[in-house]
Amino acid sequence: MIGVKDERIVGTAVPRLEGREKITGQARYVDDMVLPGMLYGATVRSRIPRGKIKKITFGPEINWQEFVIVSAKDIPGKNCVALIEDDQPCLADEFINHPEEPILLLAHEDRHLLPKAVEAVSVEYHPLSAIFTMEESESRSEIIWGANNTFKTILIDKGDVQGVWEKAHYIVEGEYRTGAQEQLYIENNGMIAAFEPQQGLTVWGSLQCPYYVHKALMELCGLPPGRVRVVQMETGGAFGGKEEYPSMIAAHAALLALKSGRPVKIIYDRMEDMAATTKRHPSRTRHRTAVSKDGKILGGTIEFTIDGGAYATLSSVVLSRGAIHAGGPYYWPNVRINAKAVATNAPPHGAFRGFGAPQSIFALERHMDRIAQVVELSPIEIRRRNFLKPGQTTTTGQAVSEPIDLGRLLDRALELSNYSAKKDEFARQNQNGNCKRGIGIASFLHGAGFTGAGERYLSSVVEVEACEDGGVRVLVSSAEFGQGTKTILCQIAAEALGLRYEDVRFAQPDTQEVPNSGPTVASRTAMVVGKLVQSAAIGIRQTLRASGLLGESYSAEEFRIACRKYVAAHGKLRSLARYEQPEDIVWNEEKYRGSAYAAFSWAVYIAAVTVDLTTYSVSVDDFVALQEVGRVLHPVLAKGQIIGGVAQAIGFALYERVVWDNGRMQNAQMTNYIMPTSADLPPIRVYFEEMGNVHGAFGAKGIGELPMDGPAPAIVSAVGDALRTFFNSIPLLPEDIFDAIAGKGENAEHAGSARGNP
Amino acid sequence: MSESPDESSKWEITLTVNGKRVTVQAYAMERLLDVVRNDLGLKGTKEGCGEGECGSCSVLMDGVLVNSCLIPVLQAKDSTIITIEGVQADGRAPVVQQAFLEYGGAQCGICTPGMILAACHLLQKKPQPTIEEIREGLSGNLCRCTGYLQIIEAVKEAARRGAAT
Repeated sequence: MIGVKDERIVGTAVPRLEGREKITGQARYVDDMVLPGMLYGATVRSRIPRGKIKKITFGPEINWQEFVIVSAKDIPGKNCVALIEDDQPCLADEFINHPEEPILLLAHEDRHLLPKAVEAVSVEYHPLSAIFTMEESESRSEIIWGANNTFKTILIDKGDVQGVWEKAHYIVEGEYRTGAQEQLYIENNGMIAAFEPQQGLTVWGSLQCPYYVHKALMELCGLPPGRVRVVQMETGGAFGGKEEYPSMIAAHAALLALKSGRPVKIIYDRMEDMAATTKRHPSRTRHRTAVSKDGKILGGTIEFTIDGGAYATLSSVVLSRGAIHAGGPYYWPNVRINAKAVATNAPPHGAFRGFGAPQSIFALERHMDRIAQVVELSPIEIRRRNFLKPGQTTTTGQAVSEPIDLGRLLDRALELSNYSAKKDEFARQNQNGNCKRGIGIASFLHGAGFTGAGERYLSSVVEVEACEDGGVRVLVSSAEFGQGTKTILCQIAAEALGLRYEDVRFAQPDTQEVPNSGPTVASRTAMVVGKLVQSAAIGIRQTLRASGLLGESYSAEEFRIACRKYVAAHGKLRSLARYEQPEDIVWNEEKYRGSAYAAFSWAVYIAAVTVDLTTYSVSVDDFVALQEVGRVLHPVLAKGQIIGGVAQAIGFALYERVVWDNGRMQNAQMTNYIMPTSADLPPIRVYFEEMGNVHGAFGAKGIGELPMDGPAPAIVSAVGDALRTFFNSIPLLPEDIFDAIAGKGENAEHAGSARGNP
Repeated sequence: MSESPDESSKWEITLTVNGKRVTVQAYAMERLLDVVRNDLGLKGTKEGCGEGECGSCSVLMDGVLVNSCLIPVLQAKDSTIITIEGVQADGRAPVVQQAFLEYGGAQCGICTPGMILAACHLLQKKPQPTIEEIREGLSGNLCRCTGYLQIIEAVKEAARRGAAT
């Protein structure tokens, strides 16, 4: 009976909704789908980073009559991948701006014939000078994008930074860098498109954001919304890597389908996926911080720069999140953050779990360690003295309204990791032997949902439907790609209605069927979409009560009967909920002031490592991940999000280096781009604090991205602790450690400087 | 990865898949992965990397765990293949699968079929593996979602429940 306050479903480990299909191999991904008469598509890409196309020739060894060939001339609508700016062509017509730029599309019914055909197309170019680093881009020796190679600049200005330098007892400077990182979802990108004159265009694919693809296809094909349909298939991992690029692949499959009149499937192989699709933005952060005698931050400047690659894509938004997180969970009475995203002739960098925050938080957390060294405080104490407290304001002037006690979180993490004892033990052990041990810490936060007014602009809609058979169905465009979207949203609906979890179903995200609940990104699903599902579910109950079919208290069976009766009498019952921004969330986009996020999740992570000075390899021996994420909706899934994020961040810190050559990824293979295996990872010990949050369903906040932010700085701090060397960039591979120890590395102490005021 | 097969004609190749004898017409160098997925329609075997690194395409070939993307189908002639669709015939599989479900061993699911085959293979060789043996035994199967720990817990639990018997 409902009316009992205790939650029965939220907070319990119900079975993953689509789990049975996954463990039996029955789950259907896009490559598992075959349509009658289907062709296979492939992409001819540029081989130079920048230039003009002079001539395209088709080699005589191929019978081209058998192939469908699409060029930019075949595009019915606008030749762009519509997103924020319409600068990225779907197929290059004249100019080439990066070495994986798509130029032509080919399709054939025998996919084995495609690689040779792609090879047989030769493109002659008039090459132009290209730029590959942020510094080259800033020098403007070549202008490759817009007026000044700059996609976006952001200024966050709080208090009076000019005035802090003379009050400072210490001024601490440092520069920090992070590299590109490949999402490396195990299912490569893929799409199928089919065009039927009656229905219009349909695509099925591996994707996070059905309505992003929908919008891009409408612009590309010049079709009205009702003539474009996007269906998300089971998606084998995404991590942001299937946020924007699927629009490109869908566009390509659609063009081939339109021209051939047959369904077309495009599945990337691993090399094409790694080389051509988006990766995490490389970053450079410069800190200059004024610190008091007792280690309090008085103020500082932060210059945060990211490499966006050749086109604008999502760089402005990644930059925004990175800039807002650049001050971390600390109180800055005065700060000026100058952030900018610049263009280079590499394939566009894009969304990846954390979305700019892992970059700026890496820099800040390393810098906090540097400040600690200068002030001669411990890394623990410097953090404790500067933690944000409720009522204080963040760098954007947002007052901390949650009752967070970071000092207590820190204490608990120290205890869980046995920090002090380990610190002493390692110092003792490190006097001898070739294996050096160290321990490091990071404290950080992550904002849930779209930044600033983003959620208001998205204006997400969800529906909950009462079905003929008495069950309930959740209709959202929020995609499942491993995180547990389906499971938690069904839990929320079941809880809200007093039903069993089994009574709730999840509609396949299909733009013809489901409303636009926004993209599946930004740690927004549990908090924002979850809350809307809760509201829409309650709407169903209200309707059933108003129609006299349901009493104040009811059993699950009574609810089913009421649904059946209602649908029989009145037809389909759908309840809709639309996002409305709470009045206390006010954001000034122009000044970058106000409430950047409805809620933050908070964390303290501690890593213990061993560095073997024979091989210079680092192994993480222990990892404590303590976080406050609001209500934990599902303990097993939540833990899985944290462990998975930490694992990915261990890769970011210690293993994963993209090797670039003139804008092209040289190691676009799993053989030489190394991600962690089951043999590489430490015990990752996950702990939650739960503090209610009014903005999310049953008090939930964001969880997906948070664990990507903290592990890299904690681990690099631990490596530094072990070797008594300060490292300021990642990835930190054995060769980098070797170079640093041998004294010739760029990734060592020398980059920073500090002075004490006389 | 799409392989360009030799232009030579196709071969008639017989093998036993999930207990059923099947004959396929295939190029000699065609990947076992493609034959299983496309000719036999067994879509549970997944392609992740096409170069034997990720293990998503794992199948059991004459009782040995192999990457089916690296096996030319001619090499699989007259062999016995078990894919995820046929693994239930092995008594330990349902216990392993159930443990994966309960312990969060599957997230996006794309590595899961290969991971389950690898887990069954490990438990066949080592009915009560240590954590270290599980980590080592599954290290040929990459997972980007879970960080492996919940998979390791699931395998440990499956062993405890007697998946090996």
